[in-house]
Amino acid sequence: MKIWVFAESEGDKPTTATLELLTKAREIADTVEAVYVGKNSDAIAPQLGEYGAAKVFTADQGDALSGVIGAAVIAGLVEAEAPDAILFVQSYDGRDAIGRLSAKLNRTVLTNATSLAVDGETLKVGNAIFGGNTLVESEFDGPKPYLVAVRPKSFVAEPGGAGAAEVVPATDVNAGRGADAKLIERHVEEREGPKLEEATIVVSGGRGLGEKDNYEPLVEELAKLLGGASGASRAIVDAGWVPYAKQVGQTGKTVKPKVYIALGISGATQHMVGMKGSDNIIAVNKDAEAPIFSVADLGIVGDVKKVVPQLIEALKARK
Amino acid sequence: MNIVVTVKQIPDPAVPGELNPDNTLKREGKLILDESDSYGVEMALQLADKAGGGDVILVSMAPNGEVSGLRTALAMGAAKAILVSDDALHGADALTTAKVLAKCVGRAGDVDLVITATEATDGYTGTIPAQLGELLDWPSLTFTKEIVIADGKAKVQRQTEAGYDEVEAPLPAVVSVTAGVVEPRYPSFKGIMAAKSKPVDQVTVADLGLADDIAPNQKIVNVAAAPAREAGEKIEDDGEAYGRIVEFLDQLKVI
Ligand SMILES: Cc1cc2nc3c(=O)[nH]c(=O)nc-3n(C[C@H](O)[C@H](O)[C@H](O)COP(=O)(O)OP(=O)(O)OC[C@H]3O[C@@H](n4cnc5c(N)ncnc54)[C@H](O)[C@@H]3O)c2cc1C
Ligand SMILES: Nc1ncnc2c1ncn2[C@@H]1O[C@H](COP(=O)(O)O)[C@@H](O)[C@H]1O
Repeated sequence: MKIWVFAESEGDKPTTATLELLTKAREIADTVEAVYVGKNSDAIAPQLGEYGAAKVFTADQGDALSGVIGAAVIAGLVEAEAPDAILFVQSYDGRDAIGRLSAKLNRTVLTNATSLAVDGETLKVGNAIFGGNTLVESEFDGPKPYLVAVRPKSFVAEPGGAGAAEVVPATDVNAGRGADAKLIERHVEEREGPKLEEATIVVSGGRGLGEKDNYEPLVEELAKLLGGASGASRAIVDAGWVPYAKQVGQTGKTVKPKVYIALGISGATQHMVGMKGSDNIIAVNKDAEAPIFSVADLGIVGDVKKVVPQLIEALKARK
Repeated sequence: MNIVVTVKQIPDPAVPGELNPDNTLKREGKLILDESDSYGVEMALQLADKAGGGDVILVSMAPNGEVSGLRTALAMGAAKAILVSDDALHGADALTTAKVLAKCVGRAGDVDLVITATEATDGYTGTIPAQLGELLDWPSLTFTKEIVIADGKAKVQRQTEAGYDEVEAPLPAVVSVTAGVVEPRYPSFKGIMAAKSKPVDQVTVADLGLADDIAPNQKIVNVAAAPAREAGEKIEDDGEAYGRIVEFLDQLKVI
């Protein structure tokens, strides 16, 4: 099977989720190739090669959106190159690309995948439904290529030790009116400490914090002391206490840190699907019956406004 | 300015979901307006208002002629609705759904903007906005948290990993809005009464000219319960529980 990966970057590095897909593709496919849309393919392509891409098809999106251009690039190549499956990261640009490509090629999509397996000519795509309670495995029925979007953190990224990838600039790129969407300006919000998906320790807060003003001194402060990242339940994202980028769960990020600390979070299935893969879970909740305790290695039945300041003091005293 | 809002009618998300024997999602009984789409409806009403007029038109695909969710959105202030209900759509895949919705946009007449949510609450495939954009050959501005319409263009703030991008496109365009970006209004009593007599155009796939193009191209082949995680130690805070957390972190060698 020939598998393509739609690669994305952050700065001059491929995103970790991209490398996860290449690693998995190496395991299940005979041929792995990538498509990258960006202005820095010189920097990105060799790194994609290290993770298993034998070839990288490249294009510059100009001032259009990279997902939209990515779909056009792939659509221009599939007939000649005949990939059997194309993998996308379940990300903003990945979802633009797979959606647009789906309509261009008249092929449906499977998304939110968390596992992939090849069985002869079929691709088995696993994902969790009903807020993570049920796992289903699906197959495509129609003609190839199969289009799949995969959630970050579904696989572990490992370099494959292969050489540099062959770089092939794409020439037939027709994005139609899709290309009329123009990027005017980027706004980058400052972040202290590690990224949420990559942190060793994640401290998340929920509605049990009581009010917005408690997030900084309880959640952020503890995360900072532990060298970790701060996260949140959807309840407090929707309430406007913290930005969406911090949301953990079904409609937010999946995290798998060494330690996940849930403060005042009840443990709805849609939250837990994003964090129950953590190595260790600590929960503080004043309700002894809160579902979060069913996954916690250490559960404290108590008030976050009492326990957390004490914990912070104790940690500071150790330093 | 005429705005189409796609609204999905879904089973109550508070009730645990179930699969039919053929592994399609059970969608019987009363369906309600997906809360994710209530933000789109509110956004559309506000934009039409700012533009000084025009209609907000709902489109929905749902089984059994379901209109409960549509009535909720009509009560908020939308003018009319197109509903596609057809047994042939049982188990429809994401692309088929997008094709049906795109045809409805065509049926709605002169449309400047289509607003969708970023993903549906029940199935959360999350690709319909881009699929719709491509099928209509319109630009799509996805994951937006703010929309301004000016000079025949939609200017939006598009969510990114690092913050947001300012992106713009000439109309007509498809825009997907993230949850929580506006406060959906509660339907007034007057609105609820008025909604009962607002027009709902009920159509089939044949009416849309799609009868030959809707077979699902995917199937679920295996269903299993997700593995459960074991609960560990649970203690009542006696004023000293923080110490146990310190010990635990210590054992894990993270402090
Ligand atoms: C389609 C869909 C997708 C969703 N996606 C997500 C998602 O991605 N992520 C997500 O998080 N949610 C998601 N949700 C929402 C989810 O169902 C819950 O509503 C949400 O996670 C609840 O957040 P919470 O635990 O902060 O709030 P609550 O459920 O209100 O829990 C607050 C908890 O705080 C405790 N508490 C109160 N006071 C204190 C105190 N002083 N000290 C200690 N504890 C206290 C309470 O006992 C309670 O357990 C989704 C829902 C749907 C329908
Ligand atoms: N059956 C439907 N009827 C109306 N709108 C829909 C339907 N399915 C999806 N949508 C719209 O498309 C968005 C994304 O859906 P999805 O890609 O299925 O997660 C939803 O939030 C709705 O706005």
